[in-house]
Amino acid sequence: MENHSIIKIENLVKSFPVGKGEFIALDNLSLGFEKGEFAGLVGPSGSGKTTLLNIIGSLDTPSKGKVMVLDKSVSELTNRQSAQLRNKHIGFIFQTFNLLPVYNVFENVEFALLLQKMSANERKKAVMDALEWVGLTEKVKSRPSMLSGGECQRVAIARSMVKRPEIVLADEPTANLDSKNSHNILQTMKNLNRELKTTFIFATHDEKVMQYLDRIISLEDGKVSKDEKVKDPKN
Amino acid sequence: MMLALKLAFKNLLGAGLRTWLNVSVLSFAFVLIIFFNGMIDGWNRQGRKDTIAWETGKGQFWHPEYDRYDPYTIQASNGLMSDEILKETESKRLVPILVVQATAFPQGRSLAVILKGIDPMLTVLELPVSVLSSDNGIDYAVIGKRMAEAAKLKVGDKLLIRWRDKNGTFDAREIQIAEVFKCDVPGADNGQIYLSLQTLQEMMELKNHATYLVAGEEFEDRELENWVFRDLDFLLEDFNKIISAKKAGGSIMQIFMLLIALIAIFDTQVLSIFRRQKEIGTYIALGMTRMQVVGIFTVEGGAHSILATILGAMYGIPLFLFLNKVGISFGVGQGMDITLAETIYPYYSIRLIISTILLVVVSATIVSYLPSRKISKMKPTDALKGKLQ
Ligand SMILES: Nc1ncnc2c1ncn2[C@@H]1O[C@H](COP(=O)(O)OP(=O)(O)OP(=O)(O)O)[C@@H](O)[C@H]1O
Ligand SMILES: [Mg+2]
Repeated sequence: MENHSIIKIENLVKSFPVGKGEFIALDNLSLGFEKGEFAGLVGPSGSGKTTLLNIIGSLDTPSKGKVMVLDKSVSELTNRQSAQLRNKHIGFIFQTFNLLPVYNVFENVEFALLLQKMSANERKKAVMDALEWVGLTEKVKSRPSMLSGGECQRVAIARSMVKRPEIVLADEPTANLDSKNSHNILQTMKNLNRELKTTFIFATHDEKVMQYLDRIISLEDGKVSKDEKVKDPKN
Repeated sequence: MMLALKLAFKNLLGAGLRTWLNVSVLSFAFVLIIFFNGMIDGWNRQGRKDTIAWETGKGQFWHPEYDRYDPYTIQASNGLMSDEILKETESKRLVPILVVQATAFPQGRSLAVILKGIDPMLTVLELPVSVLSSDNGIDYAVIGKRMAEAAKLKVGDKLLIRWRDKNGTFDAREIQIAEVFKCDVPGADNGQIYLSLQTLQEMMELKNHATYLVAGEEFEDRELENWVFRDLDFLLEDFNKIISAKKAGGSIMQIFMLLIALIAIFDTQVLSIFRRQKEIGTYIALGMTRMQVVGIFTVEGGAHSILATILGAMYGIPLFLFLNKVGISFGVGQGMDITLAETIYPYYSIRLIISTILLVVVSATIVSYLPSRKISKMKPTDALKGKLQ
């Protein structure tokens, strides 16, 4: 069970139609992830990091090849099934936080759970737990517009973690944050990774993020150019 | 659904001025529809009630030849009442009316009039004709206010009338106005002179004859020999037509108002879907299907109508209660040929209110759904990037 594989990518090709031809964003890529990894996709802009995360998160589908997420083939899922997969098992963290502006902190975190069958009490407890992980229990009633960037991203982390997903996909989560806030949220995520065994996959340019990763996968032109474990990542 | 509603209201209230603009216009359409139809319904109810009370009763039995629009056949369109009918008229369940064409000469002018012989003791209609029963050698007549104005007559005035009896021979007599009544039903007033039935029968040498019989509430519905029964639909045909025409005329204005409101909502929806692509992408990333997101936006647009109903109720209910108390004055209506009271009390039926709410909610939801369908074709990755146009 220690090294249980939760994502398996084989010969993945993703191409986008461009004009008359097509653009190959991911080129025959094969990769696997195991439970509890704190891994990152790095590489130059346009190398395909976001595209790969989107396919893993079943927001997009492969053009060719096979992508298994939690033993499900993402290209074969119906709309409803892929929504279910995201709702229950995959958390997303975005560069721009993407909080719902009309909801307060509590409601933003609660939102993901509202799509699941859960009693109000259970939900409340789960939300408060998640807010505690990110240190925002004081701000449950605040609107996103009243929070700093770092706080917003912590709400987003709580939102992605509240359902205790197996996988969290974070696309440039620190790009809009200053150095102090970046370290802060990275440490938060690292703790959650350790405590809940959640697999984190980042897409990043950020040196600060890379310091924390225990595996760095370099992409270049839609191919894996390097894939190495880090011996002693920052905690 | 609850989630969608909650989100809808938060988003709508968060959108501020624009929402309130849409909601105000929609609520205005809502109140206008109820106001106008309530007024027409009030008119309809009053007019119907008055016509029944003053003119038609609950129905009438006509002599087969009688045609109310053809004065030239009136002379021949009466018949002898059988014993069965006479018994009904004695017990006041049927009111026999004899109609005769005549010419009146008020102050030397000549005026075509309809003489109506009527039982002075009638209870079926509200016509105040009891004075016609006084028996002191004078032939009394009762007329309505419209007739009095048209002929410049007042109580106490004497008036020469001339008619042809059943043999076609001209005859003339002086009558005296004993009473002028006021009623909202022109059909019971314009050009008509009420005399005692007995007097008119005697003038015409038509003992026990009648042109038509007005049935009262008490009358037990059945066929009466060869007299033709005319129900209220028939008797009120003209009035009903006018009401329908007024409703149709008003609905153009209402549809116009509603359309403006709906276009504003449609526009808001299009804009909001365009501006909130990232939010749409986020919903999908959080595990909603695209159809659920379509639902959220549809409910949100449709919720304008709920706010509009609430806002409309806030100023509409006091307005309607007030109008219901003081009525809407139509003083000038007296001159018209339609049954129209001086003051109309609008009638707001539950049916009117519920159907108006439904109309507003359903139409607002449809115009919200149409632009929202676009979401179901969005690629979530594009939505998250916010790069669709
Ligand atoms: N919907 C699309 N249509 C056409 N081309 C696309 C589309 N999405 C991505 N691409 C192309 O695919 C390539 C990879 O894009 P991707 O967003 O995955 O890069 P990235 O590694 O995340 O870059 P960045 O570091 O700038 O975020 C880019 O060249 C991009 O232009
Ligand atoms: Mg990217």
